[in-house]
Amino acid sequence: MTITSTPPTPANTRAVAQTSRWSQVLTTLLLYVVSISVALLIAGLLVSLTGASPWEAVQAIFQGSLSDAAALGLSLDKAAPLLIVAVGTCIATSAGLFSIGQEGQVVIGATVGAMVAIYLHGPGPLILVVTLMGAALGGAAWAAVAALLYYWRGVPVVISTLLLVYIAYQVVFYAVTQPWLLQESGQNVASPQSDIIRNDAWLPRIGEYPGLNFSSLVVIAVLLAVGARIVLNRTTWGFRLRMLGLNPKAARRAGVSAVLLGSLALMISGAFAGFLGGALLTGGSHRLQPGISENVGWDGLLVALVARNNPILAIPVAFFFGVLRAGGGFLASTGVPRYIVDVVTAILVLAIVFPPAYQYLRREIRARRLARALATGGAA
Amino acid sequence: MIESIALILASSLRLATPLMFAGLGEYMAEKAGMINISIEGMMLAGAFSAILGATVTGSPVLGLVFGILAGVLIAFVHATFSYRLTVNTYVIGLTLNLLVLGLTSFLLDALDLGSAQLSKFEIPLLSDLPIVGQAVFNQRWPAYLLWILIPAVWFVMYRTRWGLDMRAIGENPSAVDATGIDVLKRQRQGLLIAGAFAGLGGAYLSVAEVGLFNQNMTAARGYVVIAAVIFGGWTIKGTIAGCLLFGAADAMRLALPALGFTFNAQLLIASPYILALVAMVVFARRSRAPAAYGQPFVRGLA
Repeated sequence: MTITSTPPTPANTRAVAQTSRWSQVLTTLLLYVVSISVALLIAGLLVSLTGASPWEAVQAIFQGSLSDAAALGLSLDKAAPLLIVAVGTCIATSAGLFSIGQEGQVVIGATVGAMVAIYLHGPGPLILVVTLMGAALGGAAWAAVAALLYYWRGVPVVISTLLLVYIAYQVVFYAVTQPWLLQESGQNVASPQSDIIRNDAWLPRIGEYPGLNFSSLVVIAVLLAVGARIVLNRTTWGFRLRMLGLNPKAARRAGVSAVLLGSLALMISGAFAGFLGGALLTGGSHRLQPGISENVGWDGLLVALVARNNPILAIPVAFFFGVLRAGGGFLASTGVPRYIVDVVTAILVLAIVFPPAYQYLRREIRARRLARALATGGAA
Repeated sequence: MIESIALILASSLRLATPLMFAGLGEYMAEKAGMINISIEGMMLAGAFSAILGATVTGSPVLGLVFGILAGVLIAFVHATFSYRLTVNTYVIGLTLNLLVLGLTSFLLDALDLGSAQLSKFEIPLLSDLPIVGQAVFNQRWPAYLLWILIPAVWFVMYRTRWGLDMRAIGENPSAVDATGIDVLKRQRQGLLIAGAFAGLGGAYLSVAEVGLFNQNMTAARGYVVIAAVIFGGWTIKGTIAGCLLFGAADAMRLALPALGFTFNAQLLIASPYILALVAMVVFARRSRAPAAYGQPFVRGLA
């Protein structure tokens, strides 16, 4: 063994701990800067591979997302869906349930919403509300399948929710290709899609075109995020939920029913995603198409992960992802394939999860080394 | 009639082969308690790199090697993040899948990829057998690797110390840790091997089966492979059977309309996922899943 002969005393370990706290903050910051720079460098290299200049690509993204009021509105429009999915994810994760099926819940929500909007008759605003509620219920029901399988049979939530996404995709496709269900009516039906829903049941927009304009979904999303934060951190229910997530055994002793609360958390998370599906239908394409979700389920999940399950932190993260999504549309003009946006998003996620994990590993190694030194010191 | 049965059989086997390659790796990973979601990304990276490698070097065989290496590379990133730095494996897996999907789509647009295809190898005499002959004994040559790899995986998992470690980690990682074996290191090794298999599966799909690369070519086949391992009840036999069944479902989807049958295509596409869910519900009671299935190993008192 090559351990130093002088074992650390309590006094000098405290000194070590104090100096390392400052250096730790600095190293963390430095690590973030380095890893994000590396991520952007990789993205830049990829862009130059196409023969375009990375700077032009950055400019194009800026132009499409932040350069004027209309572009800013587009960024907000792209960010709101991600935020809603992320907030729902935060609730499930707080209960210790890692669901990755938001994408499926979104499309199921959109499907149920389309059925309500197309088959139900009544005043427009009422139809809108019922559509969104139906969509939320649809998403919740789809998540309830995973909850049922987990608490009844012990099927891991990750697996069941993942498999349910791909079943959901086929459900939507089936719905829009069956004339008796949702397929577009008319003589020559071109593509798998539903009829356009009536325009008095569309989700209202705020603002007029040349100026700042965005979907009212943006306001709803921010309200939901703030609301979720308050419920999770300032109510008994939220406390019980987090207790379930942090220590299921202690929660059980405290009288928390894992089955009831856990299922509820999963279903609420599904309801958020389903509601969003309805909102995409009534506020976006206005008709059901298999690609209606545009992967917001997956990207919203990433937002929640990057924001470390904090609904408030999810707001800026979602906005940033929204900027990338909005700007991505403008990239075509520079000849850079728009897929670069997906690449950048993914590398950034890796770059952001790296520093805390690295710090954790180093702390653990240091602690282990210290423990070993103390142990050998004690034996001597 | 017999002719069409032979055709469906051949196409089932052809579609199942990439799944079987990837399935063997996923089987090993799942035995060690890992649910390797990035298998989709590994397969897609393998499929892309195989064509890229074949285009650059002009040799489809080297393309196959490129594909395997790409799978290993994705596995290395995943292993470093999740089984060295202990970031949640599903977070990394999903991110990697999105990264590979974006990257391969991007590079497909940015680069000029050619086409390349490995040759068929017809085994004399056996390929003259009725019905099964052409299906089983007249394939692109890497398919025959399965005859070696399947027993090899069995041998490694059940007749070597390493395999015992892996299976023990899947059941009780803390006990394995207590005996002085580095659990995370074993899991990293398992993931790298799974990456090689998945890369090979993806490469087979592009450079052997189709001959070129399309955007999102694997189209969630990686998740089908996960479903196959679950459906197979975490046994090699079951995994292979699951892959064959899901390959057959894929073949039916293509063949039935041509034969004049009308069948719900969506149900066939969704069938692997539905069957996997049903299998998990059924098997949950028989508890054939590794006891530490899908749980990250955290060193501690528990």
